[in-house]
Amino acid sequence: MSRRSEWGMALRRNGGPLAALAVFALMFALFLAEHPRSISVAIVTTASNKAVLLAIVAMAQTLPVITRGLDLSVGMVMVMTGCLASTLVNGAPWQVALGIVLVLACGAAAGAVNGAIVVFGRLQPIIVTLATGAVYFGFALLLRPAPGGEVSEGLSDALTGRLFGVVPATLVLLAVLVVLGWMPFRRTVIGRACYAVGSSEHAAYLSGVPSERAKLLAYTIAGLLSGVAGLLLSLIALSGEASGPQAGLYTLNSIAAVVIGGTSLYGGTGGMVGSIIGAFVLRTIGDLLFVFNAPALWQPLFEGLILLAAVCIGAARVLRVRNRLELF
Amino acid sequence: MGASELIAAQPSAGVAKGPVRRLLLSPPAVVGLCCLLLLLAGSAVNRNFLMPTYLLQQLQIAAFLGLAAAGLMTVILLGHIDLSVPWTITTGAMMAAAAGATYGPAWAIPAGLLCGALVGLVNGLGVALLRIPSMIFTLGANAVLQGLMVLYTGGHAPQHAATPLMHDLAVGRTVGVPNAVLAWAAVSVLVHLLLARTVAGRYVYVMGNSERAAYLSGVRTAQMTVVCFIACGMLAALSGVLLAGYSGNAYQAMGDPYLLPAIAAVVLGGTNILGGRGSYLGTVAGVVFIVLLQSMLAVLQMPEAGRQIIYGALILAMLLLYGRSAKVR
Repeated sequence: MSRRSEWGMALRRNGGPLAALAVFALMFALFLAEHPRSISVAIVTTASNKAVLLAIVAMAQTLPVITRGLDLSVGMVMVMTGCLASTLVNGAPWQVALGIVLVLACGAAAGAVNGAIVVFGRLQPIIVTLATGAVYFGFALLLRPAPGGEVSEGLSDALTGRLFGVVPATLVLLAVLVVLGWMPFRRTVIGRACYAVGSSEHAAYLSGVPSERAKLLAYTIAGLLSGVAGLLLSLIALSGEASGPQAGLYTLNSIAAVVIGGTSLYGGTGGMVGSIIGAFVLRTIGDLLFVFNAPALWQPLFEGLILLAAVCIGAARVLRVRNRLELF
Repeated sequence: MGASELIAAQPSAGVAKGPVRRLLLSPPAVVGLCCLLLLLAGSAVNRNFLMPTYLLQQLQIAAFLGLAAAGLMTVILLGHIDLSVPWTITTGAMMAAAAGATYGPAWAIPAGLLCGALVGLVNGLGVALLRIPSMIFTLGANAVLQGLMVLYTGGHAPQHAATPLMHDLAVGRTVGVPNAVLAWAAVSVLVHLLLARTVAGRYVYVMGNSERAAYLSGVRTAQMTVVCFIACGMLAALSGVLLAGYSGNAYQAMGDPYLLPAIAAVVLGGTNILGGRGSYLGTVAGVVFIVLLQSMLAVLQMPEAGRQIIYGALILAMLLLYGRSAKVR
């Protein structure tokens, strides 16, 4: 194969994430052009903390979507683990370390329960995670009937601050998750199996792909990543709160971020890197409207319209269809 | 029993043997039985749970959820979903109250329904013509509606009160039966007849099973999709109009608590979330079950945490009983 066609294939395969990246670059350029002095290290760190939080939840959402499922409980798991972190992650260093392990284990366990019900209960993921989401939110309320709690300030300063005075630590955390977590994972047998199950569960089954294990692991990883997000949430807020609206918002935004990042809701394609870019796009919308002095009342409408426009980019494929049957 | 009901009432594959057993194991029957069990269990604690006043009051509250769920079900049967229901409810309510105050009370309800129909039209066009997955398109539509309503109200509580007719429709009674229940019953009969007894209704099921096959058989699939989304939008708006009448006026985010229970009610009633299978009777049973469950947990003064856990766990347990899909082989 010539080098040129290899490039062409890589381009086609990554069209979604690249389009999202282009949108993000454009928005970021607009932001810089309008507000060149705003790029102080402190502002970038704050922006990065907020964006990385959504990016991690979007990463969590990605794997179930790739297997042609959906996880409507990611926001609830995030809130639940955030509440847990606000009770466990403080005190002496060993207590903090143990707390982190327990919080992440709690997230992974919540995800594993989702996966087990989806795989062994043979129920639709969307409805399973809807119901378990209610249960997890109940647990969050049990842990924190009223907002409060305490989180280790040392850890909070370290993780929401900067490395070497320049790089936001949350961006480093995100890079670590991608390079040490996602990149190796998608090359494993189970990682490939997640894609295979999403493309065609039947064909995957007939080819001897470990589809049940793949789905189980996909939801467990989703739970684990939501746990990471919950930990980060508590570190940013320095307390825990069982907020239903927040959980719902993060769940819905995670789906939007995944779609903007080029992962198909019909499964089988996409990846976490695209979702991260999608999350950054979503987060930049608000900041962009702010620097352009959009009236506060118009902001929600603009945000909605831009979200709708972003998901409509995918509709361009309708124009290329030659045979109408390809539509279905 | 016609062929239509046989398809519609089929639970999961491989359970049913004879016709009687099939009927007893059908989701509407199971959910109905669960409602009865719930009432009996509740009456052991509090005698009031069996009083007609309490039951009628619950049905009245169920009407708001029931109307939204009826519309949502038609869309789910197609294999789509409408996540814009929450702000369609709110938009319907706010616009009805505003039109009533601006153009005269007679315009209130038509204006609310018209807004719902417009939302449904946009959703339907986006899904049917642009071929954007309904889950993400309606999510965007929900955000846009929220933006429009924030812009319209200035972010405050809307000033216009519900018109007397809206109030009467929501809380008034005709020969002892709440008007809201009558409205829900009328809509229910209509939806049931449309789905089970008309050609268009059959097309909805066909499209839910295979849109491609429906298209090749000459069904105008795009048109059907748009019509179903319009029905969903109008019913959500109607639910919002009644809700505004019930509480005296419209308020921000009034529709938010209705989306997830509506989806849960439709699925509990035996409708396949991927479309193509389900009976409307099941949806009604699902709505009644969810409203009873929520109300009883509230009356028993269960803290919110316990309510959420029991609510989620019960839905899962019931679905594990009868909602399982066939094994991949």
